[in-house]
Amino acid sequence: MSTAYESRPADALRAGDREDTATSSTKPLGGIAGWLDDRTGGAKGVSVLMKKVFPDHWSFMLGEIAMYSMIVALLTGVFLTFWFVPSATPVVYDGSYVPLQGVTMSDAYRSSLDISFDIRGGLLIRQIHHWSALIFVVAVFVHMVRVFFTGAFRKPREINWVLGTILSLLAAIEGFAGYSLPDDLLSGTGIRAMNGFIQSAPVVGSYLTYFIFGGAFPGESIIPRLYSIHVLLIPALLIAIFTAHILLVFLHKHTQYPGPGRTNKNVVGYPFMPVYIAKAGGFFFIVFGVIALISAIVTINPIWAYGPYDPSPVTAGSQPDWYMGFADGALRLMPGWLEFETLGFTWSMNIFPASLLLLPAMWTIIGVYPFIEAWVTGDKREHHLLDRPRNAPTRTAIGVAGIVLYLTLFFAAGNDLMAIKLGLSINDITRFLQVMFFVGPPVAFWITKRICLSLQRADREKVLHGRETGKIWRHPDGQFEEIHEPLNAYDRWKLVQHETPEPLQLSAEVDENGVASPLARKQKARARLSRFYFRDRVAPPSPQELEAAHHGHAEDEHKAISSP
Amino acid sequence: MNANDRPAGEELQPVSPAAEAGQVATHTAVVADRFENPGLPPHVHRASDTDPRAAKRAERQVATMFGLSMLATLVFLVGYFAIPDDATFFFPGIGQVSALNVALGLSLGFSLLLIGLGVVHWAKTLMPDEEVVEERHEMRSTDADRGAAVQVVADGGTAAHLDRRPLLKYSLGGALGLFALPFVLQVAGSLGPLPKDELSRTIWDPEENDSKPIRLMRDPEMTPIKLEDVTLGSVFHVMPETLQHYIDQNHGVLEAKSKAAVILIRLDPDKIKVQKAKDWGVDGVVAYSKICTHVGCAVGLYEQQTHHLLCPCHQSTFDLTDDCNVIFGPAKRPLPQLKITVDDAGYLVAPEGFNEAVGPSFWERG
Repeated sequence: MSTAYESRPADALRAGDREDTATSSTKPLGGIAGWLDDRTGGAKGVSVLMKKVFPDHWSFMLGEIAMYSMIVALLTGVFLTFWFVPSATPVVYDGSYVPLQGVTMSDAYRSSLDISFDIRGGLLIRQIHHWSALIFVVAVFVHMVRVFFTGAFRKPREINWVLGTILSLLAAIEGFAGYSLPDDLLSGTGIRAMNGFIQSAPVVGSYLTYFIFGGAFPGESIIPRLYSIHVLLIPALLIAIFTAHILLVFLHKHTQYPGPGRTNKNVVGYPFMPVYIAKAGGFFFIVFGVIALISAIVTINPIWAYGPYDPSPVTAGSQPDWYMGFADGALRLMPGWLEFETLGFTWSMNIFPASLLLLPAMWTIIGVYPFIEAWVTGDKREHHLLDRPRNAPTRTAIGVAGIVLYLTLFFAAGNDLMAIKLGLSINDITRFLQVMFFVGPPVAFWITKRICLSLQRADREKVLHGRETGKIWRHPDGQFEEIHEPLNAYDRWKLVQHETPEPLQLSAEVDENGVASPLARKQKARARLSRFYFRDRVAPPSPQELEAAHHGHAEDEHKAISSP
Repeated sequence: MNANDRPAGEELQPVSPAAEAGQVATHTAVVADRFENPGLPPHVHRASDTDPRAAKRAERQVATMFGLSMLATLVFLVGYFAIPDDATFFFPGIGQVSALNVALGLSLGFSLLLIGLGVVHWAKTLMPDEEVVEERHEMRSTDADRGAAVQVVADGGTAAHLDRRPLLKYSLGGALGLFALPFVLQVAGSLGPLPKDELSRTIWDPEENDSKPIRLMRDPEMTPIKLEDVTLGSVFHVMPETLQHYIDQNHGVLEAKSKAAVILIRLDPDKIKVQKAKDWGVDGVVAYSKICTHVGCAVGLYEQQTHHLLCPCHQSTFDLTDDCNVIFGPAKRPLPQLKITVDDAGYLVAPEGFNEAVGPSFWERG
């Protein structure tokens, strides 16, 4: 435009009004993209997005696996809704699976059989849906573990940790709801147990189950209600919270592992366009492809083998999907004597704490962890560099203790299968796991912390004395010595960059007049926790120490390693 | 000064520099003698950056993967039409499998996987691999921006008369606090009926059969059972004859079954340790509720030698010789016994129904 009216002096007045002169070296934005930008002004945002830098590390792909398998589950889930009938109305099966012909079953089970046998490719879609759901929950959990052990939940990412915690809980509930829909014998037994859990709630239990089941168990309401929760309510929440989760990742910029050139003030990696579009986009296809390959050859949840739900029979080895295993295991470990009666009312404390309380309690503890740690450390800074787990020994030990606790419950859910496959007594296995529930986590905590401290000492050793080369020298006087090769500055940096905070100290418990400060008790607890976290510490070596180690032998080394 | 203004590598500073009494503080760290970040290491070029032949080879590899992906897609399309529904074949290591499912799954899987592998290989060999550094900025807004935000909100509140007319504020608060109640009431009130005493009743209750004794029927054949049919050590899964009524109407069958399931076993009468258990049975034939008193699974596993009943869900174990008391597992209460006798025609009947609620515990079961 400007060229057409170039000669008019009045144009000078409008100079700077708008930028309508594209620099000659770049192509003008035209076509559909131009049309869109005219209406949204999105070009600026897109170019910022395209230049965004992401750091590279295999462990950052765990969250991606979760994201992609969720998308795969959403896609295949939409397909399944075309054929699945969420109805408990009894019908007589006349499909092509011969062993069940003539059997009365719910319409939900009949349509699930049809998807498996009478709709071409239907079984594949069902299998992909189930496998992607399982992989989704695994990936969410493993991603969470990664974030925990590297301290990626620290400021400013606490909100995202909480959102992720909610996502993982929703993922498990979504899985349970979906697993219950086909109304086969196994999933019906799961709902039956759920009915028992709800009934165990003090005071309101029987009312709750009648409300949730729309009357007596099983009724005809639970399948449509679970369906609505499974395809509408939870997916909407999942997508909304997941979107916020991703937006916050963009806003915060991704964390990075420590390394040469990486600081708390930068992010080193590759730009979104083209590298990460290719890598992340390609990874979606890899995840989808692998799920499809698994679904092609490994059958999951063969509902036709279980038969329709009937409250009277039950299959031996009844197990929920893996992510509900820990809850089922908790139920198996609870001793029966916890149930008692007062004034004619029953307290089912053998069921209620391990079912209705367990999930909310567990996820609350996970969700608040960043805030507890921030309070203990008193650290108000932003953290964009990840911790190597060994450099945060107490946190790592807490994490491993939590995992051991979780695994104890998880394996308890398989106590019957272990008993059969290993030829052991189920009573012994159960009692062993009951003991493990109390003994396992503290032992795991102690061992992990020791390993972390040892690894830190090994790092020190490596920095101060170099890498062992395996080459032996013989001195002229006959003495033998192994050659140690000093680390270069880049390799060394990874081992010396971290901080080792000392425990917070209580300044004085009384003020100058000898009156106990009202703050003191709370702060005393804080100081005690801080001592628990940071009492044992191994400081990274300093240049002086390295210097000293190079000259002669490091007598003062023991001083540096000492813990207060 | 903001907490983030400090250099990244600095030691933790005191929480409150002038620690008051009762406050905690870290030791005031001497700015430690630390190593310097050496900066990014020199870049090492890939073969495809320096050798045109390596780049060409990478290009061919990527294109081959895309080509194979297209081929796999074609296999899917052909397989969808060509493979019959009931075709099966032997897959090594897996067993007999549906040909259609395996063919569609493998072709779909490879068509997707090869796109992914191709693109990633492309990114790793031909796209730029020099690391880019982007600066981070603190998340916190500047003090000026924060002040401005407070100002805008405060001004808006004032402009809306919030501080001058508290009546508006409180009445709005009340209305907003209450408006959700109708929705909560509607859904909570209409979800289901009240349980009344239904959890304590089963279709074994004599009023279900005009106060006549109810015959024990085989499940699912619904045929009556004679005393002599129950031989020593045999197990019968039993439903009441009143269930037939629900089956005929095709309504409420599962609801009735979920409380009425009973297991019938003949023991050597001398082995029964509890007199009441003996009295409520006939010649060592005893009937117990099959619904676990833990969370309600069917207690379906009978160990013939030890006379234990085991629940397959959570392994509660009940001792048949001891009136089905719990000897292991998370259940607390014994399985309720159903009193049985023999009617004039020689069939087993239950004259009274259960005298307590069957199945999992609930608050008011009493």
